[in-house]
Amino acid sequence: MRTLLRAILAVFVLATAAPAGAQEDRRPEIGERLEIGMSTDEIAIASDFRGADLTIFGAIEGYDPDLLAQAKYDIVVALEGPKDNQTVRRKERVLGIWVNRHSMTFELAPESYSLSSTRDVDDIAPVAVLNSIGVGLQHIRLDPVGFFGDGSNVSEFRTAFRRLKETGGYFQRHPGGVQFISASLFKATVRLPANVPNGTHVVRAQLFRDGVFISEKAMPLRVVKTGLEQMISNAAFNNPVSYGVLSVILAVLTGWIASVVFRRD
Amino acid sequence: MNIFIILGMGAAVGFLSGMFGVGGGFLITPLLIFYNIPPIVAVATGANQVVASSISGAITHFRRGSLDIKLGTVLLVGGLLGATAGIWLFALLRRVGQLDLVISLLYVLLLSVVGVLMLFESVRALRRAAKNEPVNLRKPGHHNWVHGLPLKMRFKKSKIYLSVIPVVVLGFSIGILTSIMGVGGGFIMVPAMIYLLRIPTNVVVGTSLFQIIFVTAYTTVMQAATNNSVDIVLAFILMVAGVIGAQYGVRVGQRLRGEQLRALLAMLVLAVGMRLAVDLVLTPEEIYSIVSEGVRR
Repeated sequence: MRTLLRAILAVFVLATAAPAGAQEDRRPEIGERLEIGMSTDEIAIASDFRGADLTIFGAIEGYDPDLLAQAKYDIVVALEGPKDNQTVRRKERVLGIWVNRHSMTFELAPESYSLSSTRDVDDIAPVAVLNSIGVGLQHIRLDPVGFFGDGSNVSEFRTAFRRLKETGGYFQRHPGGVQFISASLFKATVRLPANVPNGTHVVRAQLFRDGVFISEKAMPLRVVKTGLEQMISNAAFNNPVSYGVLSVILAVLTGWIASVVFRRD
Repeated sequence: MNIFIILGMGAAVGFLSGMFGVGGGFLITPLLIFYNIPPIVAVATGANQVVASSISGAITHFRRGSLDIKLGTVLLVGGLLGATAGIWLFALLRRVGQLDLVISLLYVLLLSVVGVLMLFESVRALRRAAKNEPVNLRKPGHHNWVHGLPLKMRFKKSKIYLSVIPVVVLGFSIGILTSIMGVGGGFIMVPAMIYLLRIPTNVVVGTSLFQIIFVTAYTTVMQAATNNSVDIVLAFILMVAGVIGAQYGVRVGQRLRGEQLRALLAMLVLAVGMRLAVDLVLTPEEIYSIVSEGVRR
């Protein structure tokens, strides 16, 4: 029911948005498209991983050589981490003690976000465009769950969310990380943070022409953590009961062996 | 996480627990929290560690028969119910973002009370020793309000006729403490059994260990199952260091005078409690925090 409603809504939005868009910008006579490629769709990460650069190659197809020569094309490549509902909490002093008082949950926000672009995204396109497609650290879609009357503190929690993600290394940006290596061929360097979350990430590339969003291309990238640590963590989440029983058995054995080894007769 | 710091922590607490005959959970969990281990993991891992540190004592008492299984079973029923309620409460507090606060507050409360009581007790013992007065733990035949409660049951091994209500309530409270704080609870249960229930001292320790082993084991499994919060590697390092430290603690404890040591432990307990209290009051560097809800799609 809910998905049906969403689908209807989406159709409605598309139907109303399309003519408006057509009126506003001079629709391209030539349809530029983006192609991107990676050497792998899965990255294995060992426990001593300290972060790495991921290189993505791509090309603009159907480009206008004059515009390209004038450097009118801009490309943004982002590595978006797995999405989850994330709650931001704020502490306040209550009777002298710091207590979590207010909170806001953002629906399916990316756990990590690493951005690479030909130049600063805010110079590439107007804020409204960036917000509508959710490109840029300051423009990622952060929708609070539930109803917030006046919405006055939404921006405060959004700012805190972005700041914490940036200081934690989860959100990164690299203006100038996308470079043209020949006329229409480009190379994007995206940083994988040391604490990159496990799961399916999405590499999303956007093409802008003179501040206008033209096209997008996305590819999934699976980040798989390997090693003993991750194996144990997987067991804890996939077989929690057996994991708990095993923990108890280990404790009983350790205590019992110690009492046998150190027995004083 | 530095393995040597964890080893040192486990060994130090193990040493103290061997010296004083306590489980050590009430020191391990706060130390882990000081070392920036998330409280949710510190508590669950602490409970797991207590299983290891209590098992050898439990085996010894079981072999000697110095425990009252019937009484222990009644305590255990209360304990399992308490742990179940505690785990439910734990998950609820976690959902509303108040878990860390409640854990810290409970520790501040518990450590201050236990520390102050221990300090008074050891100072009194020191004075008594100075005056050469005999120590009198149990006054036989001396009854209190607990013995007027209904639903009485005969515990042959303990040679007492006692209402099951206070026993179940005691077990229940300890079960809650085990699940929310990651402690065995012996340091509360033993005095309560001696002074409140007037159970003979020769079966008290064995019987309380009987309850502790099963309740901490049950809590470990429940924590793993509901909160995925047991860190088996961390627990194992702590256990190994702890059981070795405890052996030396026992040896040293037998040679030294008890009262002064107990006064020292009391001050250590108070210091740990104070540190937790200060952390609650000081303005934190960061007042915002992010938690993922784990509904990944």
